[in-house]
Amino acid sequence: MQTKHENRSVEDNSINAEEKAPLAYNVEQLNLWYADNHALQDISMKIPEKSVTAIIGPSGCGKSTFIKTLNRMTEMNPIVKTNGSIKYRENEIFAKNFSVEYLRTKVGMVFQNPNPFPKSIYDNVTYGPKIHGIKDKKTLDEIVERSLKKAAIWDETKDRLKENAFGLSGGQQQRLCIARCLAIEPDIILMDEPTSALDPISTLKIEELVQELKKDYTIVIVTHNMQQAARISDSTAFFLNGVIVEHDQTDKIFSSPEKKETEDYISGRFG
Amino acid sequence: MKFANTTVPQEVQKENSPQLSKRQIWNKVFKGVCFTATAFSIAMLLILLVRIVTQGAGFLDWGLLTNFASRNAEDAGLLAALAGTIWLMLVTAPVSFILGVGTAVYLEEYAPRNKFTNLLQTNISNLAGVPSVVFGLLGLTIFNRLMGMGASVIAGGLTLSLLVLPIIVVASREAISAVPTDVKHASYAMGATKWQTIFRIVVPTALPGVLTGTILALSRAIGETAPILVLGALTYVASTPSNLFSNFTAMPVQIYNWTGRPQQEFQDIAAAGIIILLLMLLVMNSIAVFIRSKFQKRF
Amino acid sequence: MLLSLHLGNYLLRGCAEMEDRSKLSISERIEQRTKGSGSSSFMEKLMPIVFFICALISVLTTVGIVFTLLFETITFFSNVPFADFFASVEWYPFFSDPQYGIWPLVNGTLMIAGIAMLVAVPFGLGAAIYLSEYASEKVRKTVKPVLEVLAGIPTIVYGFFALTFVTPILRSIIPGMDIYNALSPGIIVGVMIIPMIASLSEDAMSSVPNSIRQGAFALGATRMEVTVKVVMPAALSGIIASFVLGISRAIGETMIVTVAGGASPTMTLDPTGAVQTMTAYIVQATQGDAGFGTPIYYSIYAVGMTLFVFTLAMNLLAHYISRRFREDY
Repeated sequence: MQTKHENRSVEDNSINAEEKAPLAYNVEQLNLWYADNHALQDISMKIPEKSVTAIIGPSGCGKSTFIKTLNRMTEMNPIVKTNGSIKYRENEIFAKNFSVEYLRTKVGMVFQNPNPFPKSIYDNVTYGPKIHGIKDKKTLDEIVERSLKKAAIWDETKDRLKENAFGLSGGQQQRLCIARCLAIEPDIILMDEPTSALDPISTLKIEELVQELKKDYTIVIVTHNMQQAARISDSTAFFLNGVIVEHDQTDKIFSSPEKKETEDYISGRFG
Repeated sequence: MKFANTTVPQEVQKENSPQLSKRQIWNKVFKGVCFTATAFSIAMLLILLVRIVTQGAGFLDWGLLTNFASRNAEDAGLLAALAGTIWLMLVTAPVSFILGVGTAVYLEEYAPRNKFTNLLQTNISNLAGVPSVVFGLLGLTIFNRLMGMGASVIAGGLTLSLLVLPIIVVASREAISAVPTDVKHASYAMGATKWQTIFRIVVPTALPGVLTGTILALSRAIGETAPILVLGALTYVASTPSNLFSNFTAMPVQIYNWTGRPQQEFQDIAAAGIIILLLMLLVMNSIAVFIRSKFQKRF
Repeated sequence: MLLSLHLGNYLLRGCAEMEDRSKLSISERIEQRTKGSGSSSFMEKLMPIVFFICALISVLTTVGIVFTLLFETITFFSNVPFADFFASVEWYPFFSDPQYGIWPLVNGTLMIAGIAMLVAVPFGLGAAIYLSEYASEKVRKTVKPVLEVLAGIPTIVYGFFALTFVTPILRSIIPGMDIYNALSPGIIVGVMIIPMIASLSEDAMSSVPNSIRQGAFALGATRMEVTVKVVMPAALSGIIASFVLGISRAIGETMIVTVAGGASPTMTLDPTGAVQTMTAYIVQATQGDAGFGTPIYYSIYAVGMTLFVFTLAMNLLAHYISRRFREDY
């Protein structure tokens, strides 16, 4: 009980340095249950815009669940119940009259395993614009080129846009998924262990891409790889058993964490 | 006793070995019996095909396809039946496809977990076990008499649609549930609504499986005789249907009619008619197999 | 209200993105679309209802079948005493003094089904055992489609085959056999059912986990012993269920018996004589001149009801067996 209470009173130090930066997300007192399993407990977290926030922690700590709550994908599972508040740019995303489709056009997501649609590369990228009503060929062509370029996969795909996306390698598929996500020009990109299914070279490419995308987008990335978090993120949150143990500047977390659990985890003592 | 173990004394092993070989002989006999049972089924299929082809092949000619039914076996043809069957399929294919896929989408994507959904599922599996002749009675009462369609193409087509509906539902559900959750989630995560996800991702992805099931269902419908007979389809029609409310006959009905005649010649052209029917089935099944192999699981 | 919220929020986000005209255009267009998406939310509400109606059709089909049969059967019993139907052993609806005792039709139906099962059970089960326990993957992949073809042949073709091929052969073996008899269609109905029993039983046996087999093999059992003493008992409920479904199919089979079985409803156990099944009677009565409203017309529903009850009972029984006695591995 003692530790739990302590956890709840953790101060969010991550954005002190740049207090003025507008918030992309402001999460307050978020709780989530899978039926009776209290998977997220009193999560409070501020995510500044145009930064990379990494979420680390051992498997089962709730980090994936948390990121999926940010675009309300957890609702896909009917046994999930949530309470608390998540504000996306001042809008309460759990509000009754808040459109979940609108939220998801603003908040893109990249999944753990590359999951392109069983369609051509071109159709994968244009899927988002099309469902949101953009139909003219010229604009779509522009979107495809721009998105694929931003996702650093244009050179590999420009001559085979009409081919099925399943013909690409795993790493290429993942970058295509990022391009697909960029096509509707979201504000925030959520990445759920995007490199865990990839080889080291593909991982490196994705990491470089994240650094590049950070200029225009707010990125929240879940990773089980602490080196990755250290390499690419500005701030890092450490999750354990459904609570945030510590959330701070990344270099602070990895050099002088305040909590013992954090230190144990990043020094590889468990997890 | 049955352990093949080095510590077993020599005498026991000696005693055991004849017993073992006896058991192995039994095993061989058993395998032979089971093999024969399998071979019997294949042999029956071969005998049936060979018999029908040898009996009917000599009677295959253009006249068979271009003539109407006739009292004279030489002039008798399948034109009306062929046209009737095609008309029937023009009704059955879209109706059963839409109803079948719609039901499958409902059950896989929308249905809440409650008693009514359970009832729906049990109902569909029971419907699959209802004898086809009973569907004929349903068609006779509801479509023919109650709705006043008479023994028309549309009444027959609707009856057959309901008959094969469970086949399409089962195949479509299987195909739809095989669409990976990940891919559906990718669509939702882009702000797609449920309907957009179903229409643009789920159904197109499941389409090969759905089409295969539909074609197999239609090849069942094409060969069905009893429901159409009971519905009131005529066995002697000398015209092709002109619209959905025309009277009709169908391939299997015409074959039934010829089979029942005492003259040997009619039985021979019945065999010829069966060859045409089986060829149609062969073509449909080949298409189904082609679709299945061409779009084989990409996940 | 919500819309203006989004818009206001958007403006708040500052000028950085405003400068990027092209970017703004896409997200702005999407935003506008998301706001004014009246049509898409209409589809969102409409489509579940459309799909639900599709699903409802199958329920309505069952309701239609039950009510059709029930109403017309009740009308039938207002003309023909209930007792006659179940107590009389004579079925002569076309006589001037008609008799409506269902038993001769039940007798014919069960005799055909019995003969069919005598054929289908040993051959179907044998094929299932061979495919599940003995055959190589290659053989299995070749034989199963062949069995599917056998199952896909229209029943009228089987009927033709029974009448014009099997019956003449049987008549040359058994002197005094009628052209129309129970034996020939019975055998062919059995052949028709083989694939069904083979495939359902094979499914049941294949789903017995290999670890159970290996346990028995490790004790030195032969493959036959493993099959008979381990696999078949474990798969018994599935095997029995396939038999029951086979009986149901045999009872409901129409064209083979109509073509080759004859139209003589008699209480007999002699398979060489002509019989009539319930299904064959329905076809015969609808082909004749039985006018709408005559007792003959209503009799087909009474027979149809009996047939429906028989097959439904069998299907439910099969369902119950495979549910109730399912092994949990």
